[in-house]
Amino acid sequence: MATLILNNVKKSFGMTEVIHGISINVADGEFIVIVGPSGCGKSTLLRMVAGLETVTSGDVQIGGRRVNDQEPMDRDIAMVFQNYALYPHMSVFDNMAYGLKIARTPRAEIEERVEQAARLLQLETYLQRKPRELSGGQRQRVAMGRAIVRKPAVFLFDEPLSNLDAKLRVQMRLEIKALQRELGVTALYVTHDQVEAMTMADRMIVMNGGMADQIGAPLEVYANPATEFVAGFIGSPPTNFLSTEIMGRSGDSRIGVRPEHTRLSDSGNLKARTVYAEALGAETLVHVRCADGTQVTVRQDAASTIPQEGAEVGLDWDPADEMKFDSSGRRC
Amino acid sequence: MAERNGMVERRGAGLWLTHLGLIVGIAFIFFPIWLAFVASTVEQQDIVRPPMPLLPGDQFFANYARALTSGVNAPVSTMLWNSLIMAVGIALGKIAISLLSAFAIVYFRFPGRRLFFWLIFLTLMLPVEVRIVPTYEVIANFGMLNSYQGLILPLIASATATFLFRQFFMTVPDELAEAARVDGARPMRFFFDILLPMSRTNIAALFVILFIYGWNQYLWPLLITTDPEMNTIVMGIKQMFPSGDDIADWPVIMATSLLAMVPPVLVVVGMQRLFIRGLVESEK
Ligand SMILES: Nc1ncnc2c1ncn2[C@@H]1O[C@H](COP(=O)(O)OP(=O)(O)OP(=O)(O)O)[C@@H](O)[C@H]1O
Ligand SMILES: [Mg+2]
Repeated sequence: MATLILNNVKKSFGMTEVIHGISINVADGEFIVIVGPSGCGKSTLLRMVAGLETVTSGDVQIGGRRVNDQEPMDRDIAMVFQNYALYPHMSVFDNMAYGLKIARTPRAEIEERVEQAARLLQLETYLQRKPRELSGGQRQRVAMGRAIVRKPAVFLFDEPLSNLDAKLRVQMRLEIKALQRELGVTALYVTHDQVEAMTMADRMIVMNGGMADQIGAPLEVYANPATEFVAGFIGSPPTNFLSTEIMGRSGDSRIGVRPEHTRLSDSGNLKARTVYAEALGAETLVHVRCADGTQVTVRQDAASTIPQEGAEVGLDWDPADEMKFDSSGRRC
Repeated sequence: MAERNGMVERRGAGLWLTHLGLIVGIAFIFFPIWLAFVASTVEQQDIVRPPMPLLPGDQFFANYARALTSGVNAPVSTMLWNSLIMAVGIALGKIAISLLSAFAIVYFRFPGRRLFFWLIFLTLMLPVEVRIVPTYEVIANFGMLNSYQGLILPLIASATATFLFRQFFMTVPDELAEAARVDGARPMRFFFDILLPMSRTNIAALFVILFIYGWNQYLWPLLITTDPEMNTIVMGIKQMFPSGDDIADWPVIMATSLLAMVPPVLVVVGMQRLFIRGLVESEK
């Protein structure tokens, strides 16, 4: 258990800089999710913390120590990889015990710790199996177990759930979060799935093109996105963006309104035509198109009346829910 | 399980024809070996006087005992032993060296990495025969003529095996090496604990091929072993043929030939189980 500090961390591969300076102070026991689209540098950032990638400039501190030049094993971290990276020829027990064996932990303690982790992860009956004899979810648990037994100061996860089916993913994300709470270990978790980010994070780092667009608690980020990118990336369905032109206002900025804040009302002064409606059961998403072709999604109660396809509707929202972004995408 | 899916089932006449074809083929290949066996169990006169017998005689023990203990130039048991040491030495040496060089080429970034890889690759095109004169010179200067080192060392580097292991290592996911690194394994620890056990199927298959390669070496042992005590079996057979008007001791020569076949056959049969099992249960 420890704090983790990134201080203006940058990374270049050859001449191309892929991480343009990220800073964050992570409190002890905090669960931080790094979220962003593919190729934005999430894995690279995580791997720099792990020590699998060198830091081009800036500092990484774990528990108050600068670890830039330390090997992964000396950093007191444990990592869970996307493809689990279990050693195929070793049993589940040996997979979990390997790190401890290298650290020359006494045999009795290894057994105790592995059994404790196995109990926590419901793997007791599988300890003698080889990874190929396990299901995807069980392999995922073994990978978690391997991280737990080392009792690290920081857990690092790189998209650990992306190989699981949707249902298992929901279950595992609850388990991981509960486990992290229980163990009180600081965690850094990479995902491209904004739902995972919203549900698991104490705070999240929304990354875009090698920069941290916003760092904050999920609901705060949701309610107050710092940039147009964040507003579009966090939240599903994504925020509607409208140009000021179509709103009949002056200036070169864009307006963002979340689908649940958008209302269909005949009094609305922005006219649009219904394209189609998606009934999801509890709610219905009505997709409409404005005169200039902009698509807008409206989130409706399932009970409300849904307009016919092709029908003309008016759009309306509370001015307080409006988010304004300047031409560079910043909030203004 | 996997075998059944992959096999096309044949029935009726097709099945019998296939079998007939295979049986004829086997008989064709096996006949000379049978003749050699027959020749190794009869007396010298039976062979020289036509027609050659087709059924084994009663001299089996006498001939084989003679071959093993005295032979023609050197006892066959000595030659078998020499061949065994050479073949095992070459096979194990080649495997050890190529595993390590492939490990270096795949997992380490050092100056001239590509250069070394291509140099190794180039030597694929230089079989022993091409470099035999300079190699002889080197070995002679080191005083290694008539020694096991002399038999083994010049043949111990293997571009083929290095290349094979390189290809295999490149299919091992990078994450595995990284996981080991996070677990605290230094490079050699990773090599011995993870890479080596994962390569055991390849090693077994390669051992068979390299053992036979080493066992069948002819030209090199012929050049550097002048002492009959150091002769290997494959060259030994050739040297049993008389040069001039001497009479060839055919029963002993044939017994020697058959004895020379035994160790490679044992290695193939023994290792077969290991690598077939490895091929069936995939390592994923
Ligand atoms: N070893 C490398 N050499 C050169 N460029 C690299 C290297 N590793 C990553 N990059 C580049 O760095 C950028 C960030 O890569 P990274 O793997 O961190 O993305 P990511 O956010 O994890 O994406 P994904 O969600 O697809 O995993 C990418 O543009 C990638 O091409
Ligand atoms: Mg990634």
